[in-house]
Amino acid sequence: MTDAHTTGPFIAAIDQGTTSSRCIVFDTDGRIVAVDQKEHEQIFPKPGWVEHDAAEIWTNVQEVVAGAIDKAGITAADVKAIGITNQRETTLLWDKNTGEPVHNAIVWQDTRTDALCKDLGRNVGQDRFRRETGLPLASYFAGPKARWLLDNVEGLRERAERGEILFGTMDSWVIWNLTGGVDGGVHVTDVTNASRTMLMNLHTMEWDDKILQSMEVPAAILPEIRSSAEVYGLAKGGVLDGVPVASALGDQQAALFGQTCFSKGEAKSTYGTGTFMLMNTGDEPVNSYNGLLTTVGYRIGDQKAVYALEGSIAVTGSLVQWMRDQMGLINSAAEIETLASSVEDNGGAYFVPAFSGLFAPYWRSDARGVIAGLTRYVTKAHIARAVLEATAWQTREITDAMTKDSGVELTALKVDGGMTSNNLLMQTLSDFLDAPVVRPMVAETTCLGAAYAAGLAVGFWPDTDALRANWRRAAEWTPRMDADKREREYKSWLKAVERTMGWLDEEN
Amino acid sequence: MAKNIQSLERAAAMLRLLAGGERRLGLSDIASSLALAKGTAHGILRTLQAEGFVEQDAASGRYQLGAELLRLGNSYLDVHELRARALVWTDDLARSSGESVHLGVLHQHGVLIVHHVFRPDDSRQVLEVGAMQPLHSTALGKVLSAFDPVAHTEALEVDRKAFTPRTVTDIDAFESVLDHARARGWAADVEETWEGVAAVAAPIHDRRRMPVGAVAITGAVERVCDDGELRSELVAAVRDCARAVSRDLGAGRF
Repeated sequence: MTDAHTTGPFIAAIDQGTTSSRCIVFDTDGRIVAVDQKEHEQIFPKPGWVEHDAAEIWTNVQEVVAGAIDKAGITAADVKAIGITNQRETTLLWDKNTGEPVHNAIVWQDTRTDALCKDLGRNVGQDRFRRETGLPLASYFAGPKARWLLDNVEGLRERAERGEILFGTMDSWVIWNLTGGVDGGVHVTDVTNASRTMLMNLHTMEWDDKILQSMEVPAAILPEIRSSAEVYGLAKGGVLDGVPVASALGDQQAALFGQTCFSKGEAKSTYGTGTFMLMNTGDEPVNSYNGLLTTVGYRIGDQKAVYALEGSIAVTGSLVQWMRDQMGLINSAAEIETLASSVEDNGGAYFVPAFSGLFAPYWRSDARGVIAGLTRYVTKAHIARAVLEATAWQTREITDAMTKDSGVELTALKVDGGMTSNNLLMQTLSDFLDAPVVRPMVAETTCLGAAYAAGLAVGFWPDTDALRANWRRAAEWTPRMDADKREREYKSWLKAVERTMGWLDEEN
Repeated sequence: MAKNIQSLERAAAMLRLLAGGERRLGLSDIASSLALAKGTAHGILRTLQAEGFVEQDAASGRYQLGAELLRLGNSYLDVHELRARALVWTDDLARSSGESVHLGVLHQHGVLIVHHVFRPDDSRQVLEVGAMQPLHSTALGKVLSAFDPVAHTEALEVDRKAFTPRTVTDIDAFESVLDHARARGWAADVEETWEGVAAVAAPIHDRRRMPVGAVAITGAVERVCDDGELRSELVAAVRDCARAVSRDLGAGRF
């Protein structure tokens, strides 16, 4: 991409993700000027454990920043701000004086804190801290991971209490290093990342002393909670020396921002291996009674925080991969559409991929996957269709839960991620939701969100209206299914879902 | 009777050997199984490897059947794969040109639209994926007819209807349009299919240089043309996009 848009100024966005770190340079129209990316090692010390080497990550971040700036053919003087987005919940503790991590980062997928989370629930259970944090006690979140490190790394708790140790999610680690590290690095996190620690009170936007006590996490190690869009400090050293570091957002929140979902009721869904859907619920946190998470969407400077409801689907793109790798029914992920398009409908078959239980809105770990409605008529093409429909129905279930919790009807769904290239899936989604499905022109909404927030903080863009004006519709699918058929099909899907439950005799 | 070509026979024997029993074999195993000198076996294996019929495992140095064999058995490019690969490039083309972008492939004597990116303004537009366009008058159709021999035959056989006074229907005139497209690497449609609409298209090739589709921008003739000529920066943008998608198709094996 080397068109005539290399006249600055620019914003650089760093995406510190689960499998790689990337840097993308954007121009004032929100167009991509240059990209650089580097993968890091996934460390699996034991079944269910996943770690990252934070030192490797920081090295990679420096390399991709230098790489992207070089590819863009620009210098620090052309870059007005740096924005950060990151894999959420991944937890690191490091030594304040040496800058050395005390242990590998514990990645969000890591399940080592399962037992700890059960203990923390005491007699109350999963929802012990839900009112304050919006989250159920689950192994994903950062607080219990920090507690595990404090309990299990020799001498760490004493060092932490002496004030020698810093805690952070990956945003904090990157910002601290970018702004100088041991040489005056700022120790901050933003409200969206803090909202995934289970340590922050959603209503006050401050660390919750009671939870800190229950979780046995010393306040001394915690970063300062800041907004998602403000200048935290200036980069010190490296190719972007002197450039303001001006935003941080968890990856899904960054996508919400990049999709310019700035009004209450606007929602985005990112279709990858799994799917994450977030809906802007305005300036009040909405409690979920339907299995969703309450989280912070973003906060721009000293404006009011904007909250969001979040629902995730564990198995979407990975079901297509399963059809390819385990079943061998297709040679490439894209072929699922070819196979599914060769028939008019699902032939009566429904596929509920509850491979590791049912998640939102059911939360049934005793469920396992089911293909229901099989007859001799059903072919592999019908199964392919059922595979795509599974993703669409699961999205429908999440949007229904969001409507119930928030009282806001979904008017349109903004989509991004790899699966948006699947035309049949997007049409099916629109049919099942009975709402338009819209794909924006920039697929990299996560990085774009971080760039937008950073740009707002330094006045590169005046306000969110200017960002909305940048948003371009690349495609739109509108519902074509009649209401009767939709209701009939939904009923059949729900029946299939019921059949997955109670497959395992005992939860364990 | 003509004698068969020995090296081809040996290559075929090697492929059969690799297809049966053990999946990966070392050079010595292959040479001894076929009673060949190691040097001879290596030469043939290297040639097969260069053609993608055989792959060498980097760690063990052993040989196995290559992905190209699967492609031969299933040689068309999946249109959904094409769309997935083209997505970022066509988005960028729409943004930089300010016009709508279409990706088309040959299908039943016409052009099947497999991907459509809206013109980046706030106007209401309808997704045209699945629509058909004529081969003889559209930019996409002309590019396919010029570069794909199958499309060429079909374009000569179809009823070349005159949609506007500018549509080229005469067979010799049509052939010279295609010659021109081949020579410069792109084709245009200036009000030959729809009044007031102009388009520019360029071919997408896979890694064997086979034309697998075409990409076009389409817009109002006043914007796409300047003084009756197609705007050169738009032509360049379309060709850049086609090259980028072609590169992506060639880079990955699957």
